[in-house]
Amino acid sequence: MSGYTDKIREISERLLKEGTAEMVIGFKNGTMPMMNEPCFIRKPEDAEKLVWDSNCGINLSNYLTDRKEKIAIVAKGCDSRNIVTHIVENKITREQLHIIGVPCHGMIDRHKTASMFDTEILSVTEQDGKILVKTKDSEKTLEKADVLQKNCAVCTHRNPVIHDELAGNPVEEQRDVDRYADVRGIEAMSPQEKLNYFDGLFADCIRCYACRNACPLCYCPTCFVDESRPQWVGKSTDATDVKTFHFLRAYHCAGRCTDCGACERACPVGINMRVLTKKLEKDCLDNFGWEAGLTPDQRPPLDTFKTDDPEEFIK
Amino acid sequence: MKVIKIDKKDWPGGLEKLSENYRLFGPVKDKDSHDFRELPKGKLPDFDFQNTRLPAKALVYPQSEAMFEYTLDESQPDHHVMKAVKKDYSPRAVFGIRPCDAKAFVLVRKNFDTPEYKDPYWIQAYEASTFVGLACDDPHGTCFCTSAGCGPFHEEGLDVLLADAGDHFLAKGLTEKGQNLLKAAGWTAETEAGIEAMKKAAEGKISSFVSTDKLEAKETTALYDAPFWEEQAFACLNCGTCTYSCPTCWCFDIQDENHKKSGIRMRNWDSCMFPLFTLHGTGHNPRGTKMHRLRQRFMHKLKYYVDKYGAGIQCVGCGRCVRLCPVNIDIRKICELMNDYDSGADTCAA
Repeated sequence: MSGYTDKIREISERLLKEGTAEMVIGFKNGTMPMMNEPCFIRKPEDAEKLVWDSNCGINLSNYLTDRKEKIAIVAKGCDSRNIVTHIVENKITREQLHIIGVPCHGMIDRHKTASMFDTEILSVTEQDGKILVKTKDSEKTLEKADVLQKNCAVCTHRNPVIHDELAGNPVEEQRDVDRYADVRGIEAMSPQEKLNYFDGLFADCIRCYACRNACPLCYCPTCFVDESRPQWVGKSTDATDVKTFHFLRAYHCAGRCTDCGACERACPVGINMRVLTKKLEKDCLDNFGWEAGLTPDQRPPLDTFKTDDPEEFIK
Repeated sequence: MKVIKIDKKDWPGGLEKLSENYRLFGPVKDKDSHDFRELPKGKLPDFDFQNTRLPAKALVYPQSEAMFEYTLDESQPDHHVMKAVKKDYSPRAVFGIRPCDAKAFVLVRKNFDTPEYKDPYWIQAYEASTFVGLACDDPHGTCFCTSAGCGPFHEEGLDVLLADAGDHFLAKGLTEKGQNLLKAAGWTAETEAGIEAMKKAAEGKISSFVSTDKLEAKETTALYDAPFWEEQAFACLNCGTCTYSCPTCWCFDIQDENHKKSGIRMRNWDSCMFPLFTLHGTGHNPRGTKMHRLRQRFMHKLKYYVDKYGAGIQCVGCGRCVRLCPVNIDIRKICELMNDYDSGADTCAA
């Protein structure tokens, strides 16, 4: 993916010079292995700060919400789908945007990679689909497929669905991936097993809300957990309150989630809360043939009404 | 002070003895990381870690803590009366706390234990604890303790310092509490061995540093108005990861939780990163944007605290916020920006 960086810089410099955009939102190098930092630039000469590699897992559409400028934004497949969702939900207008699409090869799972080594990882570099990891006392080459973020491993929309120009040639989409093996596993559990599973899943949650805040869908001015008049949810680490937060947040993402994985990536304690949003994604696909964020021309199933709806209760 | 040699074969027996008079706490590995837990009988603290994922803070200052309980049932004579919740402040021994987390208690104490205000929960839990620290001989690349008033063998806030010397520990009883614990465990073999060389070697392994020397002299309002905040705050998600993983962040919120006719008054950690933290009853929020909130966190740690207490920065350099921030906001970078910032105001005044 290294060629992308040069192209992104070239495009960004041009867009800022010609005034097509007032700012470019992208990534710059971070201070730790496997961490890039979302950033913006306003001057053409700052384009050299921008980078692209397999550590750009944060969803940049999150940074578009309600902005007023003319913005160029670097967008991989899932980011582009969330940009579409943002446009549909009036959080940004298409006219404000110049989308620099990045056909994506998948992002590195930083939690998983770190857990594969006993000592601190000093550097992670990528070449020809291989990941070279250096620690203090070892060097190891990993197959990228073995350290992909879980959502990237089953992604079927790696190419941006909406863009003004591309930073590279489109990639082949993954076919025949089983997106919902984990969800089916949970669906098959008895109620008690499910309860135990979810108790375990969220046991470590510290209510930091990194998952919510990394999510481009979670832009409510006041989240339901922050409401105080009335207060819907307790604020302690009580297991019921913690689960209420995660379950309700997931429901708010129904029919909107693109499985970008930002929530799971952001979590400081490694909780896979994606299984909740994936269940709802699967239901939307099964019931409405719907995948979120593929086109700005269609309303999502949960905010539309059809007179020929097959359900009796809604007529 | 004599150093005590504790043979590792005498370690489980010592802990066993201590468990008669102390509740024991220590790092336990769960999935991929270590965190502090109360140790059930026979369970040894697991010292095979660089640092625990979350700090030892919650042992003294739990994330959620009931302060009072009450009944709203007006047929009861004591309805609406706040009653203290009974707590266990019997002696506790905390094993494997890193020197950074112990020093953090010293910094936090300045807030919870003042001549004017004494936080009964924090103080009682703190005073009930004997901290048996584990010196750090393999610091992480994000650890910058030596430039944050701390260090891998730092003793402040500890009652005992343990250094791992292979088949044995070298222990320094730093306080009366610590010496009592060593005695109670039956660890009494004095040795001429010193830990100075190990300390020097560990300090030499610290590879990350910050400069804090100019923070105190800076004009507060000039730093507050510095132009770099917008750029630094851009990536910030305003989640609570940095504050909740910080051993020196102490802010809390108090809530009454009612269920039918009874209730408890809770206090929960709060975070200056959250909009609700400063939301006024009027609806006005004086820290209305994420830039305001990010600036507050760093100004508090690196300027207001420095000025208020004259005891350095409110940070021990444990590096957790650096390691855990989902978007790589790095306090080391921001500290350098603040320390180096020249608004021109200082020169004009001269």
